Amino acid sequence: MSDIPVSHILFVSTALFFIGMYGLFTRRNMITMLMAIELILNSVNINFVVFNKYLYPEKLDGIFFTIFIVTIAAAEAAVAIAIIINLYRSHKSIDVEDATDMKY
Amino acid sequence: MNYSSYIALIPLLPLAAFVLLGLFGRKYFNRSAGIIATLFLLIATVLSLYTAYQYFFVNGKVGDAYQSITALNYTWLTFSENVSIDMGIMLDPISVMMLVVVTFVSLMVHIFSLGYMKGEERFATYYSFLGLFTFSMLGLVVSSNLFQIYMFWELVGASSYLLIGYYFQKPSAVAASKKAFIVTRFADLGFLIGILILAFYGESLDFNTIIQNLTTQQSSQFLAITSASFIGISALTWGLVMVFMGGAGKSAMFPLHIWLPDAMEGPTPVSALIHAATMVVAGVFLVARLFPVFSINTDALTVVTIIGVTSALFAAIIACTQTDIKRVLAYSTMSQIGYMMFALGVSGYSGENGLGYTAAMFHLFTHAFFKSLLFLGAGAVIHLVHSNEMKDMGGLRKLMPITHISFLIACLAIAGIWPFAGFFSKEEILLAAYNKSMVVYVIALLTSGLTAFYMFRLYFSIFWNKEADAHDHHGEGTFSMKLPLILLAVCSIAAGFIHFGEYVSSDGKALPSEFHLSFALAPLALGIGGILLAMWLYKTANDKPQRLATSLGGLYKAASKKFYIDELYLFITKKLVFNLIGRPAAWIDKNIVDGLMNSIAAATGWLSNLIKSLQSGKVQNYLLYFFGGIAALVIIFIYIWKP
Repeated sequence: MSDIPVSHILFVSTALFFIGMYGLFTRRNMITMLMAIELILNSVNINFVVFNKYLYPEKLDGIFFTIFIVTIAAAEAAVAIAIIINLYRSHKSIDVEDATDMKY
Repeated sequence: MNYSSYIALIPLLPLAAFVLLGLFGRKYFNRSAGIIATLFLLIATVLSLYTAYQYFFVNGKVGDAYQSITALNYTWLTFSENVSIDMGIMLDPISVMMLVVVTFVSLMVHIFSLGYMKGEERFATYYSFLGLFTFSMLGLVVSSNLFQIYMFWELVGASSYLLIGYYFQKPSAVAASKKAFIVTRFADLGFLIGILILAFYGESLDFNTIIQNLTTQQSSQFLAITSASFIGISALTWGLVMVFMGGAGKSAMFPLHIWLPDAMEGPTPVSALIHAATMVVAGVFLVARLFPVFSINTDALTVVTIIGVTSALFAAIIACTQTDIKRVLAYSTMSQIGYMMFALGVSGYSGENGLGYTAAMFHLFTHAFFKSLLFLGAGAVIHLVHSNEMKDMGGLRKLMPITHISFLIACLAIAGIWPFAGFFSKEEILLAAYNKSMVVYVIALLTSGLTAFYMFRLYFSIFWNKEADAHDHHGEGTFSMKLPLILLAVCSIAAGFIHFGEYVSSDGKALPSEFHLSFALAPLALGIGGILLAMWLYKTANDKPQRLATSLGGLYKAASKKFYIDELYLFITKKLVFNLIGRPAAWIDKNIVDGLMNSIAAATGWLSNLIKSLQSGKVQNYLLYFFGGIAALVIIFIYIWKP
């Protein structure tokens, strides 16, 4: 594993981040947007792990951080899905374009 | 002896009546309200008589003078170690005397109103207002410091406003109550300034300390207040004149008297209480309270004398021409208070010089009885004929014998005929004036003749003149209306025989009351002359008064129009103040002040209109702004901003 250069892994992480960003901006379905957010979070996780591995191989701080983020992402997904279900109950739709009541 | 156990009850009992009747009166005891309030006041009256007895006879003098006792003192608002506002009860001869007068007259009015106001829809409200007024007036007379007296002063004004405007369905009553309130408020502005000047230089609010500080010639406070001056007049004079302005407003002195005749719109017993016996003498009381300070400043005393003597004569002349009986009495009150004022003005401090002070207080005392008797008598008459106008009356002596006799006694008393109360007090005032200034004496003498004339003009017009109308009269009134008349008539006779100088004098020492027969002849002769003239003109219905009025021409017309003072005020306020100050101020307010505010509001509105479309409600737009912002920050911090 040590023969994979850092730049490769960072490239994967960056790509993942922008794919997630693209999905977040272009999808109208809120569940898809949630998935895009998960992609962004995971790109960050890869970053943490890879820098931990290459900069401080004897320590585990980056890996712990990743585990935290995974946990929080799970909780966040639960909250987000609760919001989506409530939105569906009130608007009969999970399209963000339909939920534009909160404007001027 | 300890007064503190019960003294606070005297003002608090009427307050309790006010709270009880004001909160629950109309709902629960609209019919028994009168009895309840009267009982409360009866207890207060008994207590104040007991206080007077304790003060004058049991405790008596220390050395040879009556002391000023602080019966209660409660530190209310503390600003610093030296400056605090207290609430206290101070007993000295004048406040004890006023306690008796106020509670007694108020009790009489309460009893009288039982009959007079019977069947009123707002009976309980009326009694609660009476309670509030009595409470404020009692608080005023026992005040131990300037700030407390100012508070009660305003409370008295407010309760007077409520009572004048009691018949609020009548537009004239509403206008009168507003007028009374505004005019006295205007005067109170002067009072407040005076308080501030005196308290600032006297370095205290407490009466005794102020008097101590400002009358000691060597004290630093005295030197400070006499050396400070504004447009050539010393701060002491300014302070005293300003305080006197407040007193003149409340006491309806010329030229702040215009509210008093209009205040007669209130129920008649109220006029007897407020506008004859108690509230209107508050100004005299105030000057008397600060008299040691007044007495060292001749300028202020001269102002008091001039205003007093002008009011006395001026009001007496107007009273001769009025046809509304309550207005005659109102002007007569103003004239008598003028008497008290100039008596204070010509007085000196201590010993024989203090005669004017004693005379003023004596006249205040006797005047309270006979003037409230006159008003209550007028109330009984109005109750019978349902009119205030003299022309609707006449020949009532057979219909209402008790009112007739008591009214006659009061008229004799106010005209200064021996042996009625007014004779003694007026004689003392004239003597004090004679000792000081001939001009004042002559005017006072003239006024006393006029007083006799207009009072008997009133008397003959009501009770003699023509025969009574035969239309259905419902008798003289209930027992509760006759009893106060009888009691007050007894007081009007007896009050004169009290050796007043023994109890009340400027320095607390007894002042021997002398009686000079030769001196008493002139006012007595003038008084009898006035009565005879009135009898000749008004005893039977004839056209002599009419012819006399025509022959006097302009003077009569001017007097019957009250010397156009009201018109003058209207001219000054409506034409000058409104046009020269009010309108420009309104223009500035409307265009500049409001304009500034409006343009700020318009600019904000315009700006928010421009940017409101940013808030589209679309989550993805917000995301875009968010990431755009982060990207911009990243660019700035990495490439542009380099410390």
